[in-house]
Amino acid sequence: MIEKPHRPNQAAEAAFSIQKHKIILTINEVEQEIKVDAWTTVLDLLREHLHLTGTKKGCDHGQCGACTVLMDGTRINSCLTLAVMHDGAEITTVEGLAKGEQLHPVQEAFIEQDAFQCGYCTPGQICSAIGLINEGKAKTPEDIRDLMSGNICRCGAYNNILKVVQEALERERS
Amino acid sequence: MAVRSNNKFSRRSFLKVTGLAGGGVLIGFNLFSACKSDTEMPKDISELNFNDFNAYIKIADNGKVTIFSPNPEIGQGVKTSMPMIIAEELDVAWEDVYVQQAPLDTEKYVRQVAGGSQSIRASWEPLRQTGASARQMLINAAAAGWDVDPGECTTSNGVITGPGGNRIGYGEVVKDAAGLEVPEEVSLKDPKDFKIIGKDIRNVDINKIITGKPLYGLDYSEEGMLIASVLRPPAFGQELADFQKLENFDAIKKDHPGVVDIIRFENKIAVLAKDTWTAMKAKKTLQANWQYAGNPESTEDHDEILLGLLDGNDFQNMRKDGDVEKAFSEADEVLERTYESPFLPHNCMEPMNFFANVTDEKIHLVGPIQTPEGTANQVAEKLGRPLEEVHLEMTRMGGGFGRRLYGDFVLEAAEISSLAKKPVKVVYSREDDMTAGVYRPAIKYRIKAAVKDGKLTGYHLKEAAVNSNMYNLIPNFFPAGAVENYQVDVANYQSNITTGAWRAPYTNFLAFAEQSFFDELAEVMQVDRVQLHLDLLEKVKGSTDDRIQYSPERMQNVIKTVVEKSGFKNQQEGVYKGFSAYYCHNTHVAEVAEVVLENGQPVTKKVTCVVDCGIVVNRLGALNQIEGGIVDGVGHAMYGDLTFTDGKPESDNFHNYQLIRMMQAPKVETHFIENNLSPTGLGEPTLPVAGGAVANAIKAATGQRIYKQPFIKHLDTKEVIG
Repeated sequence: MIEKPHRPNQAAEAAFSIQKHKIILTINEVEQEIKVDAWTTVLDLLREHLHLTGTKKGCDHGQCGACTVLMDGTRINSCLTLAVMHDGAEITTVEGLAKGEQLHPVQEAFIEQDAFQCGYCTPGQICSAIGLINEGKAKTPEDIRDLMSGNICRCGAYNNILKVVQEALERERS
Repeated sequence: MAVRSNNKFSRRSFLKVTGLAGGGVLIGFNLFSACKSDTEMPKDISELNFNDFNAYIKIADNGKVTIFSPNPEIGQGVKTSMPMIIAEELDVAWEDVYVQQAPLDTEKYVRQVAGGSQSIRASWEPLRQTGASARQMLINAAAAGWDVDPGECTTSNGVITGPGGNRIGYGEVVKDAAGLEVPEEVSLKDPKDFKIIGKDIRNVDINKIITGKPLYGLDYSEEGMLIASVLRPPAFGQELADFQKLENFDAIKKDHPGVVDIIRFENKIAVLAKDTWTAMKAKKTLQANWQYAGNPESTEDHDEILLGLLDGNDFQNMRKDGDVEKAFSEADEVLERTYESPFLPHNCMEPMNFFANVTDEKIHLVGPIQTPEGTANQVAEKLGRPLEEVHLEMTRMGGGFGRRLYGDFVLEAAEISSLAKKPVKVVYSREDDMTAGVYRPAIKYRIKAAVKDGKLTGYHLKEAAVNSNMYNLIPNFFPAGAVENYQVDVANYQSNITTGAWRAPYTNFLAFAEQSFFDELAEVMQVDRVQLHLDLLEKVKGSTDDRIQYSPERMQNVIKTVVEKSGFKNQQEGVYKGFSAYYCHNTHVAEVAEVVLENGQPVTKKVTCVVDCGIVVNRLGALNQIEGGIVDGVGHAMYGDLTFTDGKPESDNFHNYQLIRMMQAPKVETHFIENNLSPTGLGEPTLPVAGGAVANAIKAATGQRIYKQPFIKHLDTKEVIG
């Protein structure tokens, strides 16, 4: 028989449930002190606490990639990681890629290739593409196809997204 | 040369023009029907009323044009392509056109449905008329000022040129034009003079999308809004047996600070919380008991029932030419095959969601829906309130595919807000989205053909489907008219699993079945598979049967072109090609898929596609729709599968439901048939063709005929490797 998990007494439980954790995050180049619950994911922190809704919720399972952001330059599924684990981290979301009016080259390439239809997966695709370029692993179109496969595009704009990443990689090399 | 328009849209009541208080002129029009002639035009754009006109054009004093585009945007690009058509006939530079989503929070929108690839097809003429009428009024105003014949004036890029070197910009004559009569007849451009239509125009929302602006329903919020996560019956056929709210509620509230309320309604329980995570987490702890009120249906049951229907005699006839039974009895050879498809969820990337704030004064609804008008009606009826009190605002949609034709989630939001007396947004988790329906229904087809003296003499198509059958036009698609003895019969089984339209309803699977069948039939008849199609189509030419939906000439043209462009008949080492062609949504499409074997698995590397959709409005948008349809078609034919056990869906997220990913997506090469015919649907018609092309290529590669979707489940890979 499986033993029931230990449950603290009611008073302690109430006290525990309202305890927030103070962390410092640099989000889109702005350093902020944030109080979060221990269970708040980076995705929910961005969307619901900071109102940065550009990062999308698609599956909460790390399967669709709509929530992809850049953490210290690395692409991550923001639905799969808790904010408290990243005290001191630097996060870039789709809202923080452009410098003023100057779009990020990957954003420009998305316009050039018209690489979306409904556009819901696009912020995740953009962040994933930038992360992929930072990783420096993708050399061929086949590599890109494999390494971008964590981001689902339900509308099937894959071929144009592939062109975006190819174009951005070439720009990076030159 | 201009084409004089003489159709039913030429009437004064079709549009109305008024001067604006702040300068410029406003043209109100109705896309789909003539509006009432006594309708008042607003003097200020903040007073735009979408009850009477469903679209407006504003021409400012500086000549800049703003088009208030009201149509639902689900990713199919109408928010760009519809204004392009107006701008073309208005004869302004696209750079001077600004497209604005019709303003929110004013009056109720009356808008049309985004579905059935209808948007451009239905509005092509009215949009051209509108642009041309406005242009003519501007010319008339300028000509009156110069005291010349309007017929001597021309326009280009928003400038009117008259005799004697007179030139004036639209902006300078708008005030005068507003006082003129709307012309009874106007000239439309000759398609060869189009400057905007047929060009690559980028989606008008692109900058907002790539910078992450809040456009979608899921991004919408209001002060004081609560998130509602709804617990629905875990299996179809179940209902709520008991739920002790009060006992449960205190415990849940203690465990989940942020939970504000728990509400039981119908067969469901909603948890209202200050944030999404809390609402979804708390929902999982609800203690509810469910009981079966209907049949606990499983996939095996559906298979047995649908096959039983195909074996039986309880059909409704959809079309009957000649005598198929006689053809079969006299045939040299008979081929009969059965094709089977599973249920499919839509899986829009943006899970279903809707905002509702029901107060004593009004019902405020905001979110992504393909059918705003019908949904507003349903909400009014459900809450017993007058329709005038329902204010529905549309957001951009993270995909539709048919799912957002159904407003079940809007009704939920309205009901919860009404009971809680608070503004709420219902948010589906991916699990809710995949397990709550509405699905593409499971369908089976049985096709039987008679061959005599090397000719196809009989063709009998039977459909057994869950809940509803093919629509009336389908029995008049190919090969109707091409076979002397031809019959289509349908039967259905009423299930408690909710089903509905899914991108290219019925044809999304029927095209695979028929095009696989023809591929096999050509082998049985020992004839060339392409020639078999061409010969059958030849027989339809000159047919006087006005029920026939497709054009044999246009179909032959796309087929011949795809064979040439894809090099279908050229042998290529290790590359196996499959051919398929289909007509639906008024568009003729032919595709050739190329499959290679990698580690014994068939992989679709490329699809060559030829489309006849008449005039291509936005080339870039059209290519996107075509490629998306093909990738979607290949993906769902290969992988899409939703099975049930005792009414419970067996997949609930993307770890156990496979959608096509970039590494599996074929390259797509598209060719358009160039003509000046009116544009036809593009959102759907390339999808149905793809499954057949891939299946036929897999046959060429592996020798295996696949009769069931998804292919990945029904292909014997051991045999391929062995």
